[in-house]
Amino acid sequence: MITQTKPTTQEIAVTVNGQEHSLVVESRLLLVHLLREKLGLTGTHVGCDTSSCGACTVLVDGVPLKSCTHFAVQVDGREVKTVEGLAKGGELHPLQQGFHEEHGLQCGFCTPAMLLVSAALLEENPDPTEEEIRWALSGNICRCTGYQNIVKSVQWAAKKMKETS
Amino acid sequence: MYPAAFEYFAPATLDEALDVLGRYDEGDAKVLAGGMSLIPVMKLRFAAPRALVDINRIGGLDTLAEEDGRLRIGALVRHKTCERSGLLKGKYGALGDAAPLISDPIVRNLGTVAGSLAHADPQGDWGSVMLAVRAEVVARSADRERTIPIDQLFQGPFTTSLQPNEIVTEVRVPAPGRAGGTYLKLERKVGDFATVGVAVHVTMSNGTVEQAGIALTGVGPTNVRAAEAEESLTAQALDEEAIDEAARLAAAAAQPRTDLRGTEEYKRNVVRIFTARGLRKAKEAMAS
Repeated sequence: MITQTKPTTQEIAVTVNGQEHSLVVESRLLLVHLLREKLGLTGTHVGCDTSSCGACTVLVDGVPLKSCTHFAVQVDGREVKTVEGLAKGGELHPLQQGFHEEHGLQCGFCTPAMLLVSAALLEENPDPTEEEIRWALSGNICRCTGYQNIVKSVQWAAKKMKETS
Repeated sequence: MYPAAFEYFAPATLDEALDVLGRYDEGDAKVLAGGMSLIPVMKLRFAAPRALVDINRIGGLDTLAEEDGRLRIGALVRHKTCERSGLLKGKYGALGDAAPLISDPIVRNLGTVAGSLAHADPQGDWGSVMLAVRAEVVARSADRERTIPIDQLFQGPFTTSLQPNEIVTEVRVPAPGRAGGTYLKLERKVGDFATVGVAVHVTMSNGTVEQAGIALTGVGPTNVRAAEAEESLTAQALDEEAIDEAARLAAAAAQPRTDLRGTEEYKRNVVRIFTARGLRKAKEAMAS
């Protein structure tokens, strides 16, 4: 009955890795495309595009969510962290060091999401058991490692972060 | 995959949300909560709503509390909140045990209980849980609020008795006295839909069953209440004989179809086994 009442584009303001952005987006733009195509942050990967693999996971206000199943307009006013925001001042995040030390990746496709989900886990639980790590990462699929070294990498990082805190 | 274009509203109040929803023709506007079902469906273009009403910025919809003889689950209560809730144990074991089995941890951060019910996927887990605990759904529109008993909510696959101008504001579960329950789910991997799921909820009084709730996931066009199995337990001691009979009747109530997750016979057998296991677990929960 009614004709269009509102444009299908709108302006949003979002902080990504500490940097504020103000841009006009289509309401149907997915968060992952905002990050990759509008902001050039290609560290966030599109895997299955069906919310099954977890490869596109980013943190919004610290909470892991799948950016292929979230609209950019939903993060208006929120803070997004991608893998590009993990290293500080040129120094790798302990999790990144851990994945390096323990060979936590092979092809690297799932790695950005693995790092971010692990970062959220360690933020909340600095000393997780192996089971807790596996549980937290159970929504992220890796086809190379068999997960063994990913778990070791997270454990490495937890230990390192405890030592330096 | 891109969904069709839509108008996006993110109202700050429920009244505003209901107003927007009421302005669109039937089905033209959809409510966005966690989006864990709606967004995939839009990306696949099974749904192309003209407008989305995002309720995530509305305050007061995230209550998870026991009040006035009932458990209240607000529209924005996420699966993760249920997974971590100390309240959803013991007499609410069916809810507490189901929560960590919903999809995967990242989906649980956003997906909501109420949204899952409104989506009415016959393979959805919460539908069976809510049938077992005899929940009701509170639906608001601009001009009224009504309460829908869970048995009247599910009309068919992905079809409910909710009106297009209504928002589910709350799910209510009657607070039982002495009760126990659980949810058992067979899935191929984390994040997969249930091959079979069985929700069990039993209230006891004077050593016999006062009321039993048994409902099944993935074995019918909606979540299925195993009514005959429930009735067979009423006023019975929860002994092995009664459990076996209820399990047999629950399996008979299932309407599974052979698919890539298993044969009809296999799924029916899983219903029988899970019903028996669930009832034993409910019994143990009440004994401790």
